[in-house]
Amino acid sequence: MKLLKTFLIMALLAGFLGAADADKIVVDGSTTVGPIAKAFAEFYMKQNPGVNITVSESGSGNGAKSLVNKSCQVASMSRLLKQNEYEAAIHSEILPVVHVVALDGIAMIVHPGNPVAKLTMAQVKDIYLGKIKNWSQLGGPNTPIVIISRDTNSGTYETFEGKVMKGEKIAKNCEYVGSNGAIRQRVQNTMAAIGYVGIGFLDNTVKALPIDGVTPSPETVKNGSYPIARPLYLVTNDYPKMGSHLYRFINLYLSRKGQTMIEEIGFIPVTSY
Amino acid sequence: MSDAARRLNRLAAFISRGLLFLATTLSLVAVLLIIIYIARDAIPFFKLRGLGELFTSSSWFPSGNPPEFGALAIFVGSGLVTLGSILVAVPLGVAAAIALSDILPYRLRQAVKPIIEILAALPSVAYGFFALVIFAPLLQNHGSSLLAVAAWLILLPVGLLIIFALTEIVTRPVREDVAPAARWILAAALTAVLVRGLLALTHVLNSITIASGTNAMNVSVILGIMALPTIVSVAEDSLQAAGRELREGSYALGATRAETLFKVVIPAAGSGIIAAVILGVMRAIGETMVVWMASGNAAQVPSPFYNFLSPVRTLTATIAGDMGEADQVLGSGRYHVLFALALCLLLTAFIANLASEWILRRQQRRLGGLK
Repeated sequence: MKLLKTFLIMALLAGFLGAADADKIVVDGSTTVGPIAKAFAEFYMKQNPGVNITVSESGSGNGAKSLVNKSCQVASMSRLLKQNEYEAAIHSEILPVVHVVALDGIAMIVHPGNPVAKLTMAQVKDIYLGKIKNWSQLGGPNTPIVIISRDTNSGTYETFEGKVMKGEKIAKNCEYVGSNGAIRQRVQNTMAAIGYVGIGFLDNTVKALPIDGVTPSPETVKNGSYPIARPLYLVTNDYPKMGSHLYRFINLYLSRKGQTMIEEIGFIPVTSY
Repeated sequence: MSDAARRLNRLAAFISRGLLFLATTLSLVAVLLIIIYIARDAIPFFKLRGLGELFTSSSWFPSGNPPEFGALAIFVGSGLVTLGSILVAVPLGVAAAIALSDILPYRLRQAVKPIIEILAALPSVAYGFFALVIFAPLLQNHGSSLLAVAAWLILLPVGLLIIFALTEIVTRPVREDVAPAARWILAAALTAVLVRGLLALTHVLNSITIASGTNAMNVSVILGIMALPTIVSVAEDSLQAAGRELREGSYALGATRAETLFKVVIPAAGSGIIAAVILGVMRAIGETMVVWMASGNAAQVPSPFYNFLSPVRTLTATIAGDMGEADQVLGSGRYHVLFALALCLLLTAFIANLASEWILRRQQRRLGGLK
């Protein structure tokens, strides 16, 4: 009897350990893509109670790093891997495979009380270059512009740098902030501020400005008319084995449920059921 | 006691002494390893870029192409924030310590000291959240009136104290029957000048607009408050340590309470107070979360360089903020520069700690000599 009990416990333990090994998925990376991965993870774990998925948000660069170090199976990234990251990956025998799970637009936001109603790409660039210093130069009140950017760790920053600044350097008086939420916080409290956030972070406490006459919205991002937009990626090592938990988790974005989840978070799905 | 028992005793003593020795050296080894590892990753940066750029240029574009690693603005930012927190924490902290040890009644002191020490237990992210969400908008919207109120609150009592002391000293040689009258007239005149000056200052302050509330002043105030418990606690302890005999001796010689305090107790506790200040300042220099959230992180040298209303970037916030994207796989300049900054920070802390150690030892020697 005793022997049987011991045997049972050992079998159970072995089962747990085995399961923990095979059914554990670690996602690390972008704070922008993080909410999508979290929603997917929650949904998937409810459907498959034996699977354990953890999602960390430490920035796209850290995601790539973790994938290369093999400390995560999925890197969530709001930019593609850079050349040196690909090199590092190949070097450690990792083959990064990129899945585009959603689209995101970056909206320029100002305080709701700011009378400036629209900007051009050139004006946005000049503001961040420090060439346009005062709102009066844009038809606003005579106050110096407080420019706010995401920190250089974030994929949002890199997209902004690539799409708007085109490699030119942001003015030295620019303030750097650690998250999309913190930018919105600063802009909703600061009359003279301008900042940028993912479209998913827009709400009525801040005013999103049309760029070159195009309002940031899911439609304008999808049809390519809104200029500051980007795809969001989940990156795996090699294409996941068909039918595995990782495969089904990654491909959630192709399902109807996945589409609704992405829409609910505020991003733009690639499917249209 | 039998022979075996004695041997067992000796063995136990040996083992416990060994364990204690290990525990002590563990922290020493940890410090050494930290220094070695930081230096190991910092040296490649100096090999790669030399010494000049880091300390003389203020173009901080680590992600640029080509990257620039001029950290002058960041050193200035750290210095400015530290100076600001000293200005806030030292007068407040030392005054509070003196009040606690020599002025407030014992029962009140027992109640107040733990409350001040609670400040040390609050997590820094809570301070940062307060600085970002409440203090920064307050500075933006009511900054100038806030500054004016602060100026009155600080300068009026301090000015009045100085006036009283000054009139005492000035009228000392005057004949005794006219002295009180002369004292009053002088005090009234000086007070009028003080109020007039404060009104002018208020006018100047009211014309200031603070564009961004996340600036050096914001974090200076918050860091000053965070450094308070350390300063109050250590300074108060050293004031207490000056001893009852010293105070009673002073009273016995006919000194007043103020004379005892300023000429006997504070000089006796002086080195302890300085050590308290250094410890508090170290807390302010090393703090990361608050400055990352509320200093604005703009890598610019404020113009003029003492402009506390300008957003600044500090060493600690730069290390924390830039580490994520810095390429540690390939070991780029962007990665190693952060270790170079950390090394500078570590050396500053090291020197400050040595200084406080030296000051404390000097005090012990001097007090020993008095006996």
